[in-house]
Amino acid sequence: MITAYKILGKNAFEGFFGSLAQGREVYAPAQKSGKIVWAPMHSAADVDWRLDNTDMSPKEFFFPQSECLMRFKNAEGEGGRVMVPVAPLATQRVLLNIRPCDAKAFRLLDRIFVQDDMTNDPYWRDKREKTILIGQGCVNPCPECFCTSVGCGPFHEDGLDILLTDLGDRLLVKPISGKGLAMVKDLPEAAPGDIDLAGKIMAASEAAVKTYPGFEPKKLAGRTVLDIYDLPLWSSLYETCLNCGTCTFVCPTCHCFDIQDEVRGEAGRRVRNWDSCMQKLFTEHASGHNPRGEKRDRVRQRFMHKFTYIPMRRDGELGCVGCGRCVRFCPTNIDVREVVRRMGEDVEAKSK
Amino acid sequence: MKARTEKIREIAKRLLHEGKVDVVIGYARGTSPMREQPFFARTPEQADQLTWSSFCVGNTAKSLVQVARAGERAGVVAQGCASRNVVGLIVEKQVQRDKVVVIGVPCLGMVDFRKVEAQVARSEGRRVETVEEDGEELVVRGRGFEKRLKRKELLRDNCFTCQHRNPVLADELAAEPTAETGGGDIDKVAAPWEKFPAADRWARFRETFQDCIRCYACRDACPLCYCKTCFVDDARPQWLGKTQDMTDITSFHLMRAFHCAGRCTDCGACESACPQGLKMRRLTSKIEKDIRELYGYSAGMDVQAVPPMASFRPDDSDDFIKQGGEQ
Repeated sequence: MITAYKILGKNAFEGFFGSLAQGREVYAPAQKSGKIVWAPMHSAADVDWRLDNTDMSPKEFFFPQSECLMRFKNAEGEGGRVMVPVAPLATQRVLLNIRPCDAKAFRLLDRIFVQDDMTNDPYWRDKREKTILIGQGCVNPCPECFCTSVGCGPFHEDGLDILLTDLGDRLLVKPISGKGLAMVKDLPEAAPGDIDLAGKIMAASEAAVKTYPGFEPKKLAGRTVLDIYDLPLWSSLYETCLNCGTCTFVCPTCHCFDIQDEVRGEAGRRVRNWDSCMQKLFTEHASGHNPRGEKRDRVRQRFMHKFTYIPMRRDGELGCVGCGRCVRFCPTNIDVREVVRRMGEDVEAKSK
Repeated sequence: MKARTEKIREIAKRLLHEGKVDVVIGYARGTSPMREQPFFARTPEQADQLTWSSFCVGNTAKSLVQVARAGERAGVVAQGCASRNVVGLIVEKQVQRDKVVVIGVPCLGMVDFRKVEAQVARSEGRRVETVEEDGEELVVRGRGFEKRLKRKELLRDNCFTCQHRNPVLADELAAEPTAETGGGDIDKVAAPWEKFPAADRWARFRETFQDCIRCYACRDACPLCYCKTCFVDDARPQWLGKTQDMTDITSFHLMRAFHCAGRCTDCGACESACPQGLKMRRLTSKIEKDIRELYGYSAGMDVQAVPPMASFRPDDSDDFIKQGGEQ
């Protein structure tokens, strides 16, 4: 199918914004004291087109850091206990100017939270179904990102409803899903010159994304778990890791959680909170035994999960979209690209 | 910085070559802009990777406990604050003095990467790709721009108010001693909340910590945090809720700060590690100011000292008990 590209002048953006905000909350990246954050947009003027990717990933929109799953109370005469479900999301939402890497991350998480009838997370699914993703191609890739090395790219379309390309005074609009097409059907068609210009911008962007010498996740494909588990690098890599959870919390594909029942008197709530494989408590058994009792085990887990376990279970898909947030925010600069390079080096040495 | 780097390498190589230490804990070049990484050199060859720059913002004393527990003798590259944390670890009996060789670095202050980003206007999409140090200036480059910035305008808040830039404890020195203080008035900025009426303090407090994501990087970067099980990781009993509710976030930050009372050297590792750029020193530096004023004590200045929170004297000040909120 040939996509009908549309064009939207920034001077006409106000009208388009109005149609987006019709019955929906609109969010987009914004500045907040030196950080780039996701913020609600109240008018077209709030939208800032110049920003790079947000410091925190937008996974919070679908998988909040703390989420109440239900409330309960003891009640005599009502069967002993009453459990009240949490209401589904009350509004439709738009994430405007989301980056392709983040959209791709949510496609991966769909395969984890909504795998089949038995594994069908209603909390995740409800928010996903009520949210439209309007991407902005990265014309100015961040110094730490490496999306092109992990099967993604600055203009990758997977998971987006619409992809925008910033041409300066106007936006080239590419509808990707049926939902996206319905939203832009009234916009004028793009001229061939605009499509060519966008193609040039995209090519320049792809060339601008850095590649890291030796970062080759393919080298790990087809290796057994134990092959990777026993590589020599794990015995030194962990030393400088602080075992804080920063990498896992800023990552758009990390999705581990902990469920707690908070009870006061006769009533309480069940809460799901982000958790992190970097924390010792994450794997501690009630008996006191901890299968990942050492820092080394925990560090190995993070990288093997992304580059071994997820690919094994999800048809070779990596658990990493190359957004570079963990590289940027690791307090000790443990760089995932360097880790994977060393994993590949160790694997090769092993097979000689 | 270059001269310091060369001297650190030379000393580290000698210590490793002579077998005086098993490992030298320092910094190596980072892989991304404005980031250096902690580095463990175990051979003279590896010592060639050691470096010193304006971005050595962690605290090498943090790794010392881990190395000491493994029974290794360590050389530690330490500026004023980190050397005071080495002293603190000796005082708290986590490290033995004769198992540590301190490679002291008179410090010129470290740079806050967020301040650099503000000056090159990240808000307009400009991102720093390379930084070159040139005396008291930084040459910062990115796509389509090059700027010369003054280091002293970019210093971390704690480096600006630093009281002890020269190592307190050093077996070797990587440079001539430098001016002892950073120039800022610590008592003026240490406790911004003091000037607010009690009713406003809570709002300020919330504002400071509302973006916390509880990754615990502040705790994990801190050389004072060496407990085998942290209070936030206790499951039986669980002292603390795990949610993003302000109550839980507040409890964590207050308890963490109080655990540092009389021990914190204001090294700033917590703020540098925070992915959200929180100013948690607003708590710890207030506590340190109280300790200074009430007990005349600064942490990590003397291996023989008994910390005020670890001792009791009948004439100890108890003014703080009456200072909460209403006067």
